[in-house]
Amino acid sequence: MIYQTVIGLEVHLQLSTKTKAFCGCIIDFGRAPNTCVCPICLGFPGTLPVYNKEALNSAIKVALAFNCQIQEHTKFDRKNYFYPDLPKNYQISQYDLPLSRNGYLYIYRDNKPKRIGITRIHLEEDAGKLIHEDGQSLVDFNRAGIPLIEIVSEPDLFSPQEAFDYLTNLKSIIEYLDVSDCDMEKGSLRCDANISLRKAGSLELGVKTELKNMNSFKGVKDALSFEVGRQAELLDRGGDMVQETRLWDAEKGVTVSMRTKEGAKDYRYFPDPDLTRFHINQDMIERLRLKLPELPQEKLQRFMKEYSLSEYDAKILVSSKEDARFSEECIRIYPGKDKKLMVNWLIGPLLSEANSRKVKISELNITNDELISLIGFVERGEISGLSAKGVLSQMIDSGKSARELIIESNLLQVSDTEELSKIIESVILENTKSVDDFRSGKTNALMFLVGQVMKKSSGKANPKIVGQLLSRRLTDA
Amino acid sequence: MELNQLTAHELLVRLKSGSVASEAVQEALYARIEKVDSKINAYVRRADFRKNDAVNKKQGLLFSLPVTVKDNICTEGLNTECCSKILAGFCPPYEATVISKLKKAGAEIFPLKANMDEFAFGSSTENSCFGPTHNPWNLGCVPGGSSGGSAAAVAADEAIWALGSDTGGSIRQPASFCGVVGLKPTYGRVSRFGLIAFASSLDQIGPITKDVEDAAILTQAISGYDPNDSTSVDQDVPDYLKSLTKDIKGLRVGIPKEYFVEGMDSEVKSVIEQAVNKLKTLGASVKEVSLPHTEYAVPVYYIIATAEASSNLARFDGVQYGYRAKSDNLIEMYKRTRAEGFGDEAKRRIILGTFALSHGYYDAYYLRALKVRTLIKQDFDRVFAEFDCIAAPTSPTPAFKLGERASEPLKMYLSDIYTISVNLAGIPAISIPCGFTKDKLPVGLQIMAGSFNEEMLFRVAHTFEQNTEWHKIKSSL
Repeated sequence: MIYQTVIGLEVHLQLSTKTKAFCGCIIDFGRAPNTCVCPICLGFPGTLPVYNKEALNSAIKVALAFNCQIQEHTKFDRKNYFYPDLPKNYQISQYDLPLSRNGYLYIYRDNKPKRIGITRIHLEEDAGKLIHEDGQSLVDFNRAGIPLIEIVSEPDLFSPQEAFDYLTNLKSIIEYLDVSDCDMEKGSLRCDANISLRKAGSLELGVKTELKNMNSFKGVKDALSFEVGRQAELLDRGGDMVQETRLWDAEKGVTVSMRTKEGAKDYRYFPDPDLTRFHINQDMIERLRLKLPELPQEKLQRFMKEYSLSEYDAKILVSSKEDARFSEECIRIYPGKDKKLMVNWLIGPLLSEANSRKVKISELNITNDELISLIGFVERGEISGLSAKGVLSQMIDSGKSARELIIESNLLQVSDTEELSKIIESVILENTKSVDDFRSGKTNALMFLVGQVMKKSSGKANPKIVGQLLSRRLTDA
Repeated sequence: MELNQLTAHELLVRLKSGSVASEAVQEALYARIEKVDSKINAYVRRADFRKNDAVNKKQGLLFSLPVTVKDNICTEGLNTECCSKILAGFCPPYEATVISKLKKAGAEIFPLKANMDEFAFGSSTENSCFGPTHNPWNLGCVPGGSSGGSAAAVAADEAIWALGSDTGGSIRQPASFCGVVGLKPTYGRVSRFGLIAFASSLDQIGPITKDVEDAAILTQAISGYDPNDSTSVDQDVPDYLKSLTKDIKGLRVGIPKEYFVEGMDSEVKSVIEQAVNKLKTLGASVKEVSLPHTEYAVPVYYIIATAEASSNLARFDGVQYGYRAKSDNLIEMYKRTRAEGFGDEAKRRIILGTFALSHGYYDAYYLRALKVRTLIKQDFDRVFAEFDCIAAPTSPTPAFKLGERASEPLKMYLSDIYTISVNLAGIPAISIPCGFTKDKLPVGLQIMAGSFNEEMLFRVAHTFEQNTEWHKIKSSL
């Protein structure tokens, strides 16, 4: 049977505000357990929450960036359940009047955009963390009360790859907004997935499974791929799908059932009477909208237009906010007329250095000025493109300037015709056969002779000039 | 007269002039407590009790005058246990905003806390893990509740004045049963920060005093916006002493016909009728009004209040503070801690509230209750559009016998029938002594006004009081 996969994602994002969502505690991930806490985030009796305006602003910015409608009236609700990492045994969240609804973002496959709906984005508080060691369980409440936003997608994703692309784009947009670390390994971005299969062509949704415990985007994709296989096999066998929550075991590469729908909790949501309903007025929304930075898609279009970049090149440059900033600065101060040359450096040697070091371009230890200085040596014919790549790598490792390294390693190309002529004469004497070949019309022989000159000069000869000198010398005589 | 028998304003004059030292006031209170509290049990005696260091600060408005505080208001360094075993040993590392305000005004926090129904659940102060409080007018009777300790202490001259909390009548009903003055301020007038929540949307802290002037002074000291309580209202606090005029000529007083129905004690009825006549002779124009949704107040209240309570009390789980039952597994620990730590009434309300919020019942109970709450509020809005205040009984009966209603929760819940609507509507109301039954049990007259119109309550109550002698009559204890 052919099935269509239907996926919806729930992303939780920790906001990097200075203080927690409902108290004044500083957010600092480096601190010892239970040192970023106060009676309020510990849920001590008699204490009351007061919402953090910065968190609300960040959440609104995210909602705007995902084209959501900000709700004029919103409120906080309590989600009640018992768990030792939840100090009040309820989480302050939003239920029936979320901050925003009806947004979307685009993913791209083969350069074709596909619109993925976003059902809602709301604000809530994080729980603490349980640490299990030596047969006992300890609770660290540093994380309790950190503002979270939950971004719920529509079931518009039809393959694990689309889910992966959605997450990548979502992360890139959030990074541009500078409101979260977006680090899945550190837990500042968490993702749960709902997946079901239906007969191809059917409009009715199948029975879904909720997947949890994925620690990377790749983990999400792998877990979904596993689930596609598992569910398809089950359906083919005529088995009964049950609505359940399954945990991804990354080591074994399988999902394992955690609980079925019958075991689903009743969270007994109701409006939090400690936090009054509030009103988000249009002025506030417009003020925040004006503060939104240029987002990846807008930047991509602008790069393509302004710098005549291909979509492919532009996409690489805008994939991270910092790289886009670094690249644009390079392109701007690059003195040459053909900006494409600068772009080729960025997406060529620089990107491969970054990839091999597993960092971003902007995180390489090199300034725009130094990079352009290096390119200048190549363009003036003073060093070869090949040695420039070596110099770039050394610059990144040592932090030394291009000039220093070029002089140190004696890499300046020989363009002095007198010096080159001497080498050419000796090469002609040593390679009479090739000389004859050339003269008898085998033009390829010239390349061989140029290579010999380069070799003799330990690669420092300027190959362009050598070629000119050689051909003139051999045709003249 | 002993110092402990004086009102706060009488003592303030003496403290100010230096004719009385504040230590002497405290000593007089301790002597009185020594003499009568074994019979009354207005105070909670804890092992860690020690008297305050000698104080005579002569500063602020309140000149080190001691204030007695109910056991559900957080006092830094003084155990605050809500008279519940589950909070045994809980000593908050912070204090309620009202406590900070009182200290700032120069008051002394009396180091013995007042007895109460566990978590303020009750109308008789019989639900305390420290045993019931007895009514100073008749030791076989209850003092009302839940602030029964505060009211009995003031009535028995074991306190100069006291703070209570009122969720459905918990200040006014015990004030009425004990023949003292009790005020529930407008919701949002007084900060709830540090008040261990029963029902967050209904709770307010207020004064229990020997006369109306003291109530005005104490209300003045604790009122005002608190940035730590989102539900407190940012509105200027008027000078309440200025509203202590002795003139109510021409004031329009409404008498709600729904409050004079079957089930009302005939003696209470005639006492209230005489009090209303007194208002007439003082120049008020009295007319019958209707609050048509009154009959729904009790059911609506017991849905909303228990729903909020079920969530507010979830935090008492043995994980961080208070009582923890020994167990080697988490779920057992939760269950046993709560089974052993909460009293019967707390359990009853948690179960009721949990049910009301449950999936499938929420719309029928909680949501509908919220809608009826709005109707009740609108009843008052309509009346206050034409009337300055409403006069009514505080309770349908005088103090009842200890144990009489303990096994009949429904009958007990009906003791709040005249006080609950005020909390649901968020408006202020005061109970003042207005006479006695043949058995020498006090009866309270309740006056209600529109939101933030405490001045009207003080004006009417003070005028009535200055023209009657009821508040001066002391129990023969």
